[in-house]
Amino acid sequence: GKEGVRRAPGGREGRGGLGGAGPAPTPRSAGNYRTQLWDKQSESFLPSTPGLGMHVEVKDPDGKVVLSRQYGSEGRFTFTSHTPGEHQICLHSNSTRMALFAGGKLRVHLDIQVGEHTNNYPEIAAKDKLTELQLRARQLLDQVEQIQKEQNYQRYREERFRMTSESTNQRVLWWSIAQTIILILTGIWQMRHLKSFFEAKKLV
Amino acid sequence: QVITGGHYDVDCRLEDPDGIVLYKEMKKQYDSFTFTASRNGTYKFCFSNEFSTFTHKTVYFDFQVGEDPPLFPSENRVTALTQMESACVSIHEALKSVIDYQTHFRLREAQGRSRAEDLNSRVAYWSIGEAIILLFVSIGQVFLLKSFFSDKRTTTTRVGS
Repeated sequence: GKEGVRRAPGGREGRGGLGGAGPAPTPRSAGNYRTQLWDKQSESFLPSTPGLGMHVEVKDPDGKVVLSRQYGSEGRFTFTSHTPGEHQICLHSNSTRMALFAGGKLRVHLDIQVGEHTNNYPEIAAKDKLTELQLRARQLLDQVEQIQKEQNYQRYREERFRMTSESTNQRVLWWSIAQTIILILTGIWQMRHLKSFFEAKKLV
Repeated sequence: QVITGGHYDVDCRLEDPDGIVLYKEMKKQYDSFTFTASRNGTYKFCFSNEFSTFTHKTVYFDFQVGEDPPLFPSENRVTALTQMESACVSIHEALKSVIDYQTHFRLREAQGRSRAEDLNSRVAYWSIGEAIILLFVSIGQVFLLKSFFSDKRTTTTRVGS
């Protein structure tokens, strides 16, 4: 089958991320896709492909599978992130009977929305019965919250970086000392070995 | 923007539905391109790494199409915005640019981290390799020296007898 992988650096798929501190709600991401199969006879993509299934798998930055589900030839999937970092989204078709090899082509329309972009404002206005000003304020609040999450993520990254730097510093120090000791010991061994060799050969 | 891999560069091409090339750059690390679509249809873009022998690349790309969807599927958009509303709109735009800067910064951090991890593994391999070579060379030197003197010994005894 054909595979599509999108990796976006940092945050959840390219926007924001949890810092770990504070009661921020976990960010949701949504993706929707539609597939079209290439038809050799008409030399164009068929408008829809009934019977073709796509398997969607999402992994979090630690490699743990967050979502693993089968959908039809078109579908919408959502998932929530608990760790900041790069997530991997993989779509692959499960179908072997469709002519996807030997010149077969599959077109996948994919749209991924992250965090506040998953919010549908007209829907929210209707559900919570907000006036226009209240809705705009809500949108601004959502944006500010996303900014805060991203800043939290950067703080977490800086912390990790500091820890890594300190551990690197330790390792470099340990390694230099170890190498000097090995060098000295090797030198001493060489001298003693050669000295006893020459004494045995009665050259010294 | 290229995040990881090699010289952090990639080829990129953008075509309109008629196949006319709108944008074409080779071996670029980062770029931004704005255009107005002159007609409907499928626009194609392609990132290519074929010039690279073994390094894989990770590329970040971002589309911004058209305007934001309106907050209201409204028919009553004929009246002008009040002061509060236009203030909200300008705050919204300013926050959007803050978010864009944050994205740029996050990408730079990811790129820096990738380079650092690359450097780290190269230094680790080098140090281990160097230590092993050091050990072999010092042991080898000793045995080589010994072999010089051992040969001389056997030649002298043969000559003697």
